[in-house]
Amino acid sequence: MPELQNFTMNFGPQHPAAHGVLRLVVEVDGEVIRKADPHIGLLHRGTEKLAESKPFNQSIGYMDRLDYVSMMCNEHAYVLAIERLLGITAPPRAQYIRVLFDELTRITNHLLWLGSHALDIGAMSVFLYCFREREDIMDMYEAVSGARMHATYYRPGGVHRDLPDTMPRYEPSRFRSRRELKRLNAAREGSLLDFIAAFADRFPSCVDEYEELLTDNRIWKQRTVGIGVVDPETALAYGFTGPMLRGSGVAWDLRKTQPYEVYADLDFEIPVGRHGDCYDRYLVRMAEMRQSVRLVRQCVDWLRAHPGPVHLDDYKIVPPPRAVMKHDMEALIHHFKLFSEGYSVPEGETYAAVEHPKGEFGIYLVSDGANKPYRLRIRAPGFAHLAALDMMVCGHMIADLVAVIGTQDIVFGEIDR
Amino acid sequence: MRPSPPETLVARIREVLPDLAAPTVVRDEVTIEVAESRWLAVAQTLRDEEGLNFEQLVDLTAVDYLGYGQVQWTTHEATSVGFSRAVLVAPPDPALQEGDRPRFKVVVHLLSVRGNRRLRVKIVPAVREGLLILPSSVTLWPSADWYEREVFDLFGIVFEGHPDLRRILTDYGFVGHPFRKDFPLSGHVEVRYDPGQKRVIQEPVSIEPRVLVPRVVRPIAERPDGSPADA
Repeated sequence: MPELQNFTMNFGPQHPAAHGVLRLVVEVDGEVIRKADPHIGLLHRGTEKLAESKPFNQSIGYMDRLDYVSMMCNEHAYVLAIERLLGITAPPRAQYIRVLFDELTRITNHLLWLGSHALDIGAMSVFLYCFREREDIMDMYEAVSGARMHATYYRPGGVHRDLPDTMPRYEPSRFRSRRELKRLNAAREGSLLDFIAAFADRFPSCVDEYEELLTDNRIWKQRTVGIGVVDPETALAYGFTGPMLRGSGVAWDLRKTQPYEVYADLDFEIPVGRHGDCYDRYLVRMAEMRQSVRLVRQCVDWLRAHPGPVHLDDYKIVPPPRAVMKHDMEALIHHFKLFSEGYSVPEGETYAAVEHPKGEFGIYLVSDGANKPYRLRIRAPGFAHLAALDMMVCGHMIADLVAVIGTQDIVFGEIDR
Repeated sequence: MRPSPPETLVARIREVLPDLAAPTVVRDEVTIEVAESRWLAVAQTLRDEEGLNFEQLVDLTAVDYLGYGQVQWTTHEATSVGFSRAVLVAPPDPALQEGDRPRFKVVVHLLSVRGNRRLRVKIVPAVREGLLILPSSVTLWPSADWYEREVFDLFGIVFEGHPDLRRILTDYGFVGHPFRKDFPLSGHVEVRYDPGQKRVIQEPVSIEPRVLVPRVVRPIAERPDGSPADA
């Protein structure tokens, strides 16, 4: 019998299980993977370089497009970095709004992750369930910022505007019966906060539904238990953060350990896994969604009781209200300078990190005192996770590769930047 | 749980690494500068020494200080001669090192999960035979692998001892290091499909580089409440 050699196989960059544009060159011995070499950069847009060429505020929109399934969390890190250099803090109401939307974003991210992860492994229906709830969060995004995905809502010094008093409703149309319309608009009669509160009441039972489909499912367990096991030391050495690290049993969450905004005042827990396999990471993310709902509830209650300003009153950084500009010359000049030249940030450097749904999302910002960043560095959690793909899949079957890519929650917008 | 105060970290660094320049603390962020020749030894100490325990390399990147603090537009004569368009100020052939002011710095962010502290390390890469060289830290932190490939790709800094130093983000066959400050934003080449040759070809870029918002440095005025801006 002739001696068999390892076989090199190309995977992607256009493959439904590749979560975007991942190209993998896999060396296989029969069906066992010996080496996986991810080729990335197919979505490289040079965000960091682009940001060097424009005023600080014009790059907030780019942040949404990094990890395009958890938009507002990206903005948060960038805005925090600018605020640190400027030496300002947002008013409490703005901080609560940011935390509220960070947690809603965490839920959307985990919903998309769960849907596509399950779909990759062969459970079609979970995907449909997840997108049903994700749609509601998209509507909240739209109500608050006007955009369903790329919100550009956070600003240095606060958020763009206060939460709306009314929720957009479905219009009557000949494609919808009156009963259907009434059902769709049932939660939309009040303000955005009412809509979010109704969602928070309903959502835990939705998580129960997903868990019913998967947690004790024999096929799901066969595909995830014992796959891609990472022990805590290895996870730390490879730069794992977020659920990837917590799945390995390290209780590290920036919201608790290095609290930013108002997380220190809120009540929540950090779910931690034990075995460091795909199944534990699944359980950690499911538990995180439940914790996020808890945080959302607390934020809604606080926001209802505490009206107030949602951004600073400093016209050097935050544009003046339109009504003031109509009669105040100084406000008009501030507005013009702010939108033509922007604001200058004092010389210095800072690293601001937030607990992004995927892990630690950090912005290292260097300013030389100009109106544009001198250097902006984006530390994306997915980059470190994908770098460890080879370590995680070595010795596994080809089918498990898909499970590991799914568990890493890869999004190419942030990896390629 | 709060991060450990920077003072204890500074004290511990001065104790363990007494010959290092004093760490700087700005906004509770601790920064140390390390010579290129000592980087690996210091890194080993930072990772293993009790009271430091930086078991995680969170980020490794580089900064190109070419043109740091330079403005693209001066307005002092605007009233007599009118406004001019802003200009790109990049020297035609910038040296890798200008005198004793280094052009490149590699910036490493370390995190200790056990001690809940962060540290920023800055290293100036050596210039040898026209190459920027720094010893690789892959053996200490496996996460440095891709970060070093990225810095090599985008800044052209060579990491000595890296097992697999290939380009990572740019295209196969890309020429140049795009994140250097002398690399134009619109690049050097553009690609299009040529129907005559029936393949994708590369041509010199046809976009004129221009500045939409000029870079200006302004001192920030006092805040309405009277506090200085840089407090």
